[in-house]
Amino acid sequence: MKFLSQKWKEETMDKLFLVLQREFMSRVKKRSFLLTTVLVPLIFPALFGGLIVLMKKEDESAKQQIIHVLDKSGKFNTESTEKYSFVSVNGDLETAKSAFTESEDYGLLYIPNFDIESPQGFTLYAKSNPNFSTINSIENKIESSIQDEKLKVYEVDKEMLDRLKTSIDLKSLNISEGEEKESDAGVSFGIGYITGFLIYIFMFAYGGQVMQGVIEEKSSKIVEVIVSTVKPFQLMMGKILGVASVGLFQVIIWVVLMGTLFTVVTGVLGLEMPQQAQLSEAAEMAQNSPEAEKAMRLFASIPFTKIILTFIFYFIGGYLLYGSLFAAVGSAVDTASEAQQFMFPIMIPLIAGIVGMSSIINNPDGNVSFWLSIIPFTSPIAMMGRIGFGVPAWELALSMVLLILGFIGTVWLAGRIYRVGILMHGTKVNYKVLAKWFMMKN
Amino acid sequence: MEALKATNITKRYAEHTALDNVDISIPEGSIYGLLGPNGAGKTTFIRIINQIINTDEGEVRINGDLLNADHISMIGYLPEERGLYKKMKVGEQLVYLGQLRNLPRKEAIKRSKAWCEKLGIYEWWNKKIEDLSKGMAQKIQFISTILNEPKLIILDEPFSGFDPVNANLIKDEILELREKGSTIIFSTHRMESVEELCDHIALINNSKKILEGTKKAIKDSYRSNTFLVDHKGAVNGSLSNDFEVLGHEVLEDEMHKSIIQIKNGKLSPNDLLQNLISTTEVHSFIEKVPSINEIFISKVEGGNNG
Repeated sequence: MKFLSQKWKEETMDKLFLVLQREFMSRVKKRSFLLTTVLVPLIFPALFGGLIVLMKKEDESAKQQIIHVLDKSGKFNTESTEKYSFVSVNGDLETAKSAFTESEDYGLLYIPNFDIESPQGFTLYAKSNPNFSTINSIENKIESSIQDEKLKVYEVDKEMLDRLKTSIDLKSLNISEGEEKESDAGVSFGIGYITGFLIYIFMFAYGGQVMQGVIEEKSSKIVEVIVSTVKPFQLMMGKILGVASVGLFQVIIWVVLMGTLFTVVTGVLGLEMPQQAQLSEAAEMAQNSPEAEKAMRLFASIPFTKIILTFIFYFIGGYLLYGSLFAAVGSAVDTASEAQQFMFPIMIPLIAGIVGMSSIINNPDGNVSFWLSIIPFTSPIAMMGRIGFGVPAWELALSMVLLILGFIGTVWLAGRIYRVGILMHGTKVNYKVLAKWFMMKN
Repeated sequence: MEALKATNITKRYAEHTALDNVDISIPEGSIYGLLGPNGAGKTTFIRIINQIINTDEGEVRINGDLLNADHISMIGYLPEERGLYKKMKVGEQLVYLGQLRNLPRKEAIKRSKAWCEKLGIYEWWNKKIEDLSKGMAQKIQFISTILNEPKLIILDEPFSGFDPVNANLIKDEILELREKGSTIIFSTHRMESVEELCDHIALINNSKKILEGTKKAIKDSYRSNTFLVDHKGAVNGSLSNDFEVLGHEVLEDEMHKSIIQIKNGKLSPNDLLQNLISTTEVHSFIEKVPSINEIFISKVEGGNNG
């Protein structure tokens, strides 16, 4: 008896692996896989690099805009800024306007003879709708002119005022885990957002692939032959795990490619980039500048191992949870367009997780953060948002246990729908039908 | 010995019963026709044999053993809803399907190649299914069904969708496999299409088995001592009361076609023939045997009346 069950187990695993292997190979061999795998590491850095270069260029090449100033009060400081050059004009408003209209210049600023206690009546005439940042900077300019004016009136020494301004750096320490750790909201924010977003993207992209694969098997009608040789559950899990291994494989290639690319590029450009040199250099710098010292300290204090392990756990757990739901949806419909109606409830919690991210970043220990990172449907995304800020051990444990229970639950539920759904053709499916399939005996 | 014996199979769904207390025994080496209209329960029965669904009651034994996972490797199944992975290459696909039937990879490759050569499609080995003609895809479908040299071959509506050339090819290969000892189950609602092939038959209607046996025994039990006679010159009035003319039709050139039944059970066809020869010129004399389709219809209608 023991021998039999052992043999059965082996055969079950063999078949599962066979399905997994096919799913993996059939995707990896596709030309589109090769393209995305090679192009993404090239395109993304190129895209970001290109954007940065463009933005820099735009900043540099941005012409100084000429703005006419008709100042009736004589209080406006016409000193030019980086972006605007102010030219004083005289006469009445109508003449100034017509002179401006004939010119090539950007705008005409009208400053009436105002009362510094209730300044109003400022107007900017322009040939196009001025954008937000233009208005903002001109407002600032006027405000600072008024401020200078007020200082004069109240007889405050400007130098004295400048000396009153102090810049401090608030060092925040996290003492929740017994030892005092310096934390930095910015870094935690960045890590949380990026890892959470990666999980979100992965679940959508690869969950969608699982669904596509199931629909393809159903519409090409091969599924009945397959389920006469493997259990529907094996077929479903083989597909989910096969697609997951494609995803992991692709991510690994990307990391390796980008790493190589980085090394090659920096090598070609003759930059000194070995880790050792960089670190010692940075350490040297750190002695001189408190800013750099802080950066170094923060970098060292980020619990990378913990974050990576948590990421892998939630990445896999979340994918299994959603992948099986996507498989169930695929099994219930005949075409991808029919799947839309069932996609909605799957997307809601995913989107809730991403939207909740901003509230998590602002208040990682708040109620919203707590619940989003405990409920299995949102926890893969939300917990990544919190992890950098430090999460109490019991909350992390609870969330992980619930995620495991969650994906066991969805895999079980999906399996029950899947086994019936894949053999149904041309049925109008709604939630009632799904419930009936779920309840159906085998 | 039975290749397959199903006892008291019952399968219920929420709204209806798909199979109601069905017994079926399929002798080893037979070509067994599972006949009945659409929705009778044939596909449900076949899915049970293939362990795609379970029975609610009853048991299935193959070669005496209760149905289990080991049987997967000895069954070949061509379902009614059939297809292939469109993006997969011919060779890969055959090998994969063979492996799913527990063939070792090397053996699956060897056999797939041999079959492709036999059916003249080896040059397509590295082509994707979507690039193939329908006829070629059908051949690959067939190869995948029998690659594991199944002891039990189950064909659900095998001739629907197959072009005549491939249908014949399947017939020939099936007969050859039977020679080698395989048992074949045909399931179809087009009864005339497999009547010539089958030696055993079960009729299923409304989830119940209404008839089972060898084709010959069933047909014999539906014989009615009726004969189709082509003859020159009329027979009217010249026959004794032991015979009754059920139908009569005049053809050209004084030819007639009559359907004559022997009413007296003691008389043989020879008596009828002697009777006829004395009055007309007999050109053809054939016993009118009911087709399975006719038997089915009479059985179903009889059942409804009773």
